[in-house]
Amino acid sequence: MRKIFDFHGGIHPPENKHQSLQRPIRDAGIPPRLVLPLSQHIGAPASPVVAVGERVLKGQLIAEALGFVSVPVHAPTSGTIVAIEDRLVAHPSGLLAPCIVIATDGLDEWTSLVAPPDYRDMTTRELLARIRDAGIAGMGGAGFPTAVKLTTKPGSAVATLIINGTECEPYITADDILMRECPDRIVEGVNILRQLLQPGEILIGVEDNKPEAIAALRAAATGSAIEVVSFPTKYPSGGEKQLIELLTGEQVPSGGLPLDVGVICQNIGSVVAIADAVVRGQPLISRITTVTGEAVAEPGNFSVLLGTPMNYLLAQAGYQPGRNRRLVMGGPMMGFTVPDASVPIVKTTNCLLAPSEAELPVPPPAQACIRCGMCAQACPASLLPQQLFWFAQAREFDKLEQHNLFDCIECGACSWACPSNIPLVQYYRASKAEILQLRREHAKAEQSRMRFEARQARIAQEEAAREAKRAARKLAAEQRAQTAAAGGEGVEDPIQAAIDRAKAKKAAQQVVATRATTETGERDKLEKAVVTTRARLDTASSKLEQARAEGSDLVDALQLGVDKTRAKLEAAELALQAFVDAGQTAPQQAVPTDAASVAIARAVAARAADAALDPVEKARAQLAGLEQRLAKTRARLAASRSKGEEEKIIGILVSTEAALEEKVSAARAQLNGKGDT
Amino acid sequence: MATLLRVTSPHAHGPVSTPKVMQKVLLATVPGIIVLTHFFGFGTLVNLVWACIVALACEALALWLRRRPIGFYLRDYSALVTATLLAIALPPYAPWWLIAVGVACAILLAKHIYGGLGYNPFNPAMAGYVILLISFPLQMTAWAPPRGLGQLPSLVEALQACFWPAGFDGITMATPLDLMKQNNSLLVADLYAQTPQFGRWAGLGWEWANLAFLAGGIWLLYQRVFSWHAPLAMLASLSLLAAIFYDGGSSASGGSPLFHLLSGATMFGAFFIVTDPVTSAVSVRGRLIYGAMVGVLVYTIRVRGNYPDAVAFAVLVMNFAAPFIDNYTQPRTYGHQPGKGGG
Amino acid sequence: MAALLALVGLGAVFGAVLGFAAVRFRTEGNPIAEQINDILPQTQCGQCGYPGCRPYAEAIASGDAAINKCPPGGEAGIQALAALLDVEAIPLDEEHGEEKVKAVAYIREAECIGCTKCIQACPVDAILGAAKQMHTVIASECTGCDLCLEPCPVDCIDMISEPQSVQNWHWPLPDTASRQPQIIATDAGQTQDRAA
Repeated sequence: MRKIFDFHGGIHPPENKHQSLQRPIRDAGIPPRLVLPLSQHIGAPASPVVAVGERVLKGQLIAEALGFVSVPVHAPTSGTIVAIEDRLVAHPSGLLAPCIVIATDGLDEWTSLVAPPDYRDMTTRELLARIRDAGIAGMGGAGFPTAVKLTTKPGSAVATLIINGTECEPYITADDILMRECPDRIVEGVNILRQLLQPGEILIGVEDNKPEAIAALRAAATGSAIEVVSFPTKYPSGGEKQLIELLTGEQVPSGGLPLDVGVICQNIGSVVAIADAVVRGQPLISRITTVTGEAVAEPGNFSVLLGTPMNYLLAQAGYQPGRNRRLVMGGPMMGFTVPDASVPIVKTTNCLLAPSEAELPVPPPAQACIRCGMCAQACPASLLPQQLFWFAQAREFDKLEQHNLFDCIECGACSWACPSNIPLVQYYRASKAEILQLRREHAKAEQSRMRFEARQARIAQEEAAREAKRAARKLAAEQRAQTAAAGGEGVEDPIQAAIDRAKAKKAAQQVVATRATTETGERDKLEKAVVTTRARLDTASSKLEQARAEGSDLVDALQLGVDKTRAKLEAAELALQAFVDAGQTAPQQAVPTDAASVAIARAVAARAADAALDPVEKARAQLAGLEQRLAKTRARLAASRSKGEEEKIIGILVSTEAALEEKVSAARAQLNGKGDT
Repeated sequence: MATLLRVTSPHAHGPVSTPKVMQKVLLATVPGIIVLTHFFGFGTLVNLVWACIVALACEALALWLRRRPIGFYLRDYSALVTATLLAIALPPYAPWWLIAVGVACAILLAKHIYGGLGYNPFNPAMAGYVILLISFPLQMTAWAPPRGLGQLPSLVEALQACFWPAGFDGITMATPLDLMKQNNSLLVADLYAQTPQFGRWAGLGWEWANLAFLAGGIWLLYQRVFSWHAPLAMLASLSLLAAIFYDGGSSASGGSPLFHLLSGATMFGAFFIVTDPVTSAVSVRGRLIYGAMVGVLVYTIRVRGNYPDAVAFAVLVMNFAAPFIDNYTQPRTYGHQPGKGGG
Repeated sequence: MAALLALVGLGAVFGAVLGFAAVRFRTEGNPIAEQINDILPQTQCGQCGYPGCRPYAEAIASGDAAINKCPPGGEAGIQALAALLDVEAIPLDEEHGEEKVKAVAYIREAECIGCTKCIQACPVDAILGAAKQMHTVIASECTGCDLCLEPCPVDCIDMISEPQSVQNWHWPLPDTASRQPQIIATDAGQTQDRAA
């Protein structure tokens, strides 16, 4: 017998599951209109590939996945597209979202399904592509694209594949009935996943309040490597992290994925959808939904087409709107209220709960928190909900993060247990959203600041360059004037020479004075050196002339001094010229055009080279490049971590790494897709 | 169709509510009150009724001043709990003004000044008690002799003691804790034999009151109103210290563990004061530390201090420390420090 | 006399220790202007009367400017600045504008005449275009500063705020008005103090 671990906290709310288990799965039928939201999953919304007025067949692709973390949408039955517009969807906000509306024709005519090859002959890539193309997103409630979840990094082995048949939320029985009625399809799906992931062991986790399901699964799984594990009923043992701890004793690291501890979890509904997609080639167009609560006369489970309006489905179960004041999609612990009964069933609708007022009364006003600690005892993440509540109320976001707010799984156990009826989960949701918003804003502000500063620097440089040019022109003019004066007059008249010198000096000083303030002192110094050396040379030369004229014996010594000074002057002028040149080439934006054209040329060349490659090669090259970048980023991150660099830098690196990883996996998927064709 | 409600999950709610918790605490004090009344007469009951009246009036006044819904908050029973706990702690036959001042301080100063229920850093009942003990030591240490050592006053006399104290001529007597502290010449066994205030294990009457509060506390534990950690830690550390320093019962001894467990306000404190969630530590580890430290302080103050009983001071001192303890005893959140399973 | 010497000696020793510590353990903390600038929203809109966020940050740091002149930062920004500088939070100065919903500029491209005036006005280079060519705003870089509106000769720039959708919606904090007893939240200050 497998050892069952335990997780901290948890609660035991009344199960209320028997009501919907009295009847077998019923078919909800085809409603006159189907409304298919483009975003029924986590990730980028799908993009429509059909036009209004077009006739579509059952199973036909009507919206394709946009990006890696996205899934396509298919027509659940045959009919005509009558609108592609914003409609009310199942979302707590009560806001509209883009949907495709199909007027059904009742013929239920299938599109031609390609008979898929035996999955045992398919590669990992092909299997993943099929799962993705079938539009499967996690059907337990979160709706994360299944193909993405099943994409493992090369080299990361899956030790344990866990099939989540826990269904710990009260009222919901969709997975339970699926396990009872179709254990063979579940085993089929699990076998596909085994082929795909090559896990060390396969566990199906079921709470011990579903003995029939456990028996059915065990019977279907005899002779296979699948182990059906039952464990004591406790909410929220069906939470992915909690289930992993229950079955393996390991905790998924904070902020990490189950794969970090070698586990992949899949929901029962998703496994059945995978079997339908891979074995029968059928996309995800319907699901099992529990309809229950005291406001329906005949609660039970329905096989319902995606896009079916909730009131159509509710009517099948004998809905009594008068008894019902809130309609919950999902269970009573984590489900959310829908704004109107006309919203459509989506891929994540595992339950529709229509409770009467007596069954789930309106929450009474919250009383003061007496810090009784019942929430902390109930919390499956070992948080201190009452402390989080104080901080959320006071909007102390630092403290919230310090108390690990982001490890909260919003299971609602704390609110359930709270004797003062405080809506704790709502405080956490709001605070999380606000913190994320602040982070985004801060990142944006940081970027704006960098752009602003870059612009300021650029403007300053342009200004400086203009100023430098002007100064250089002026200096050149002065020099010309000076040489002209020196050449014309000669040195016969010492007074004239002295006046010239003074003039030259003054002019030079003026040049220095009018020099732009942006110019560095270095340049001033160099220029001063040139001017003073020239002046000294002038004096020395005139003295030499005088000595020669007088026939003094100091001529030789003076000659030496003049030579030396001349050499110095040349050196100084050279230095000045070099500096000016450097100043003009480096900061000035004259060269950037060159740099830009070089870059463009390089890009053109690269493009040409790319075009020469065949698409698979290209994708591979791209992938290689991305992987190289990723490796570099990782190395940098590791270095930063070991050096204990600033949080901010590490954060940026981490996000870069994540972005690169996504790109890499996207590229890989793309490559896989290319490889298929 | 009527508009559908839009509320956040969870939609279901557990059966526990704050007023119910408070009601259970009140109910659990009943055995102790009965025993106290049996041994010390109607004084305790008079205390109780008068304290409750004053408490409700103060609570209503504070809520009105703070513009809060009065009816809603009165129904959480927290004021009644405070008043009851304080009334039990006060000596029987206390004058009316003493009780009124104590309750008013507890409700107005210790609770509402800080923002009302849930926001008070100090246990209101104990804060009120300590204010009285420091301000009116004479009245606060005047304990009547238990049944068997003197004539118990009648109900009329009890009312007279409370509301017309000048006309009441009560007898008071040193409590067993005082005697134990003052004793410096007798072996503990001789002290028990020679002094009528001592009963079988501890003080006459006191031992039964403590057992009654223990029973109430165990019922609350059974009802899961609070966890066992803080009270058990307090009793354990108190017994441990008493055992260590008992030294076989010499004249310098502080008394046996059993004596300490069944004397004064030990059980009352362990199950009704230390378990006050608002002012104690929050996490399991925090509550263990908090309870153990209260026990240590109770023993220390009882044996070395100048006041007759120590629970109130010990609790108040630890109230100060509770946020600090909380800060250092955060439980390990799921997924942090990987590699250590369980949790 | 001995006491005097002892005191002087102690003073000298402690002074030396403190001086050493000051040099040895000097924190390389951001200068205050840097920290202020970090809080400012970096819209570079100039509504505060300074040419950009950094000059305003420097003005605050040197005590020349009040902390309530930044409408885009809003109340939250003032709170953060007040906390950083340990001063009283004051209401936003209406003279410099009021807090608005965040928006980005959008150029109605059919009407754009390609004058480049907006490009020159944009403090973060978020507008692309060339003379006599149509311009466009890089929405992800736009800070919503409004500075491009005024120079546009044909008024073809709109400020568009992001509409609320199911993607960006989130639960608000519980409504304290409808749940009357929740008004205790106004007393939150005391809890903070205690928790601190």
